[in-house]
Amino acid sequence: MSAPVLDAKAVLDRSDELRRELGEDFRDRVVTSLYSNAQQIADRTVQVGGGRKWDLDQKIDRVVTSRVLGLPLMLFLLAAVFWVTIVGANVPSELLATGFFSFEGKAAAWFSSLGAPWWLTGFIWHGVFRGLAWVVSVMLPPMMIFFPLFTILEDLGYLPRVAFNMDWLFRKAGAHGKQALSMAMGFGCNAAGVIATRVIDSPRERLIAILTNNFVPCNGRFPTLIMLAVIFVAAAFPPALASVAAAGAVVGVVLVGILFTLVASWLLTRTVLQGEASAFTLELPPYRRPSILRILYTSLIDRTIFVLWRAILTAAPAGAVIWILGNIEWKGINLAQHSANFLQPLGEAIGLDGVILLAYVIAIPANEIVVPTMLMVYMGVSMMSDLTSYDQIRSLLVDQHGWTMLTAVNLMLFSVLHNPCATTILTIWRETRSRKWTAVGALMPLVFAFLVTFVVATLVRTFG
Amino acid sequence: MSDPNTSPSGCDSCSMHAQLAQMGVSLGNYDHMVALAGNPNTGKSSVFNALTGLRQHVGNWTGKTVTRAEGGYRFQDASYKLVDLPGTYSLLSASQDEEISRNFLLFGRPDCTIVVVDATALERNLNFVLQVLEITDKVVVCVNLMDEAERKGLTVDVRSLARDLGVPAVPTVARTKEGLQELVRTAAEVIAGDVRTKPLRPAAPSEVQRALDELVPMIVELAPGLPNARWVAFRLLDGDHRVRQALLSGELRELEQEQRAPVEEFSHVISIEGSQ
Repeated sequence: MSAPVLDAKAVLDRSDELRRELGEDFRDRVVTSLYSNAQQIADRTVQVGGGRKWDLDQKIDRVVTSRVLGLPLMLFLLAAVFWVTIVGANVPSELLATGFFSFEGKAAAWFSSLGAPWWLTGFIWHGVFRGLAWVVSVMLPPMMIFFPLFTILEDLGYLPRVAFNMDWLFRKAGAHGKQALSMAMGFGCNAAGVIATRVIDSPRERLIAILTNNFVPCNGRFPTLIMLAVIFVAAAFPPALASVAAAGAVVGVVLVGILFTLVASWLLTRTVLQGEASAFTLELPPYRRPSILRILYTSLIDRTIFVLWRAILTAAPAGAVIWILGNIEWKGINLAQHSANFLQPLGEAIGLDGVILLAYVIAIPANEIVVPTMLMVYMGVSMMSDLTSYDQIRSLLVDQHGWTMLTAVNLMLFSVLHNPCATTILTIWRETRSRKWTAVGALMPLVFAFLVTFVVATLVRTFG
Repeated sequence: MSDPNTSPSGCDSCSMHAQLAQMGVSLGNYDHMVALAGNPNTGKSSVFNALTGLRQHVGNWTGKTVTRAEGGYRFQDASYKLVDLPGTYSLLSASQDEEISRNFLLFGRPDCTIVVVDATALERNLNFVLQVLEITDKVVVCVNLMDEAERKGLTVDVRSLARDLGVPAVPTVARTKEGLQELVRTAAEVIAGDVRTKPLRPAAPSEVQRALDELVPMIVELAPGLPNARWVAFRLLDGDHRVRQALLSGELRELEQEQRAPVEEFSHVISIEGSQ
């Protein structure tokens, strides 16, 4: 196949000559004629009558995307969504936990009465089952409220308005305005957010969007944030303000995530990925009345079941691993404790502790299970299956394991900033096909997470 | 699904289920391949879902579909593979989503391309339609969101549009499945050649035409069987570096094969990932 290659070159050379002859503005002329043709046909085809709704759309947009009101309105909506989730999820979570743990106790007793060896009973019921029970009871209720609300905003056509409002921020950071879209997608799932960056034309800006997507908390991390906000932030306020304060805290953490998206984008454009931000047009689609059935389908089947299933798949083995670590002893201490002790100095330096870091290591496959994993390690081999309400979790963490407000705040920060889950890392690899950028995508957030929590811990300990 | 010829039910003409059957991703062999293209936000994914019975997430915003998804449907006695391309505004630039669409239209050689347009923003959508018409003859324009156009007080003369474009145009409301039966029927007729298309291709200015006349035969000689040498010549004159590279490396032929390769296992992944 050597002859055709030469021919191709000849064709290209000739086309280059012809191109020069046609002049610089060839492209412009082509596009102009395209547009004028389209306009003529459209004029012949469409008759405009009284456009009532059109006006309404524009009026709404004038408020929703206004310089002054746009961002505050966005924050308000976000806070409202979290508030409803927090208020609504409390009771069902408690009911689920009560049910599951009484079942765990009964099933384990039944196993023992059948003559099953202690390790089998423990492995299955206090290991695998308990992992599943935690994940379902901690995550399912908030998801069933949060996802439909989020999907309504999405179906209404609000997300492109968010992108529109934030466009200038991204451009200031040297990134592409459409990054606001892939970021919004990241709130759903960071892996999907990374794929969504394909709408960005320039490879440089696309890479920035990929590398920084992890800084917005995904669906898997929201339940963690919501739970921490309820247990710690809400508890520090009088009951009347508690749920509002908790919602505010989650919004605050999301803002921190967005801030770091911008900071990281800015740093990348100043260092390894230098260049100018390119311009683009963003279409604001008409507002559409969301269809109830589709919202229920999307949010409950597609999202809730998907996230929950993934969590269950990882929670069962994680529960098993924790049970094994908690039951194999070496020099009189179990392996979980050994690992936690080993990680303790590092954890302490950043305002957390060894157990939390251990939970993060075990939960690398899916961020969803960090909190359940942590609770299981704390509880160890003890039969504390009556840990069903937020109050009891709080007393376990605060009274028995010395958590403070600093621990909670830093854990929220760590949760937002730390490394992406295995699926997202894999997606970054698939999209970039580069080991280097995959490594950067995985490690840069981790560095940010350690730095920020370390600084916060140090500041609080020095001045607090 | 009952055979429409043997079951003389009165629903033949009114129900979606009489002749049109969804096939999801269960595609072994198919008789025809249909591509679904269009600007973002035109309800393209709604059309795809309604026809295939798949549930690719439909979002009201730009850039939902960034890879191609595939599904199938059955109409009358033939099975169709439907390929949902990423929504793009043009085929002229170099972002990845546009390239996926462009490569597929050029080299995947669908038997028919359905271009979904937004009836409420026809002018902008037509820019894209005209670009597709440059690439392929077998096109059906699906004028979607007719209900929204009506609500905005717009009257869209679909017949005049079809006359101007030289290809059939079908008014639809994909969300309620209105007009979809007619859409697949028209696509079937275009594939069968019962409906002849004569796509609008505005004459190039004479100096451009001369350049094209010279380049096209060279390209045909270089890559015989290339579906649209005129379009490739056009892109070369525009200095499109992707097309240049493809020509230089002999990639044009490879691309062609790649586009034909099935990505069925893919579409499930997308319908999951796309929804998150």
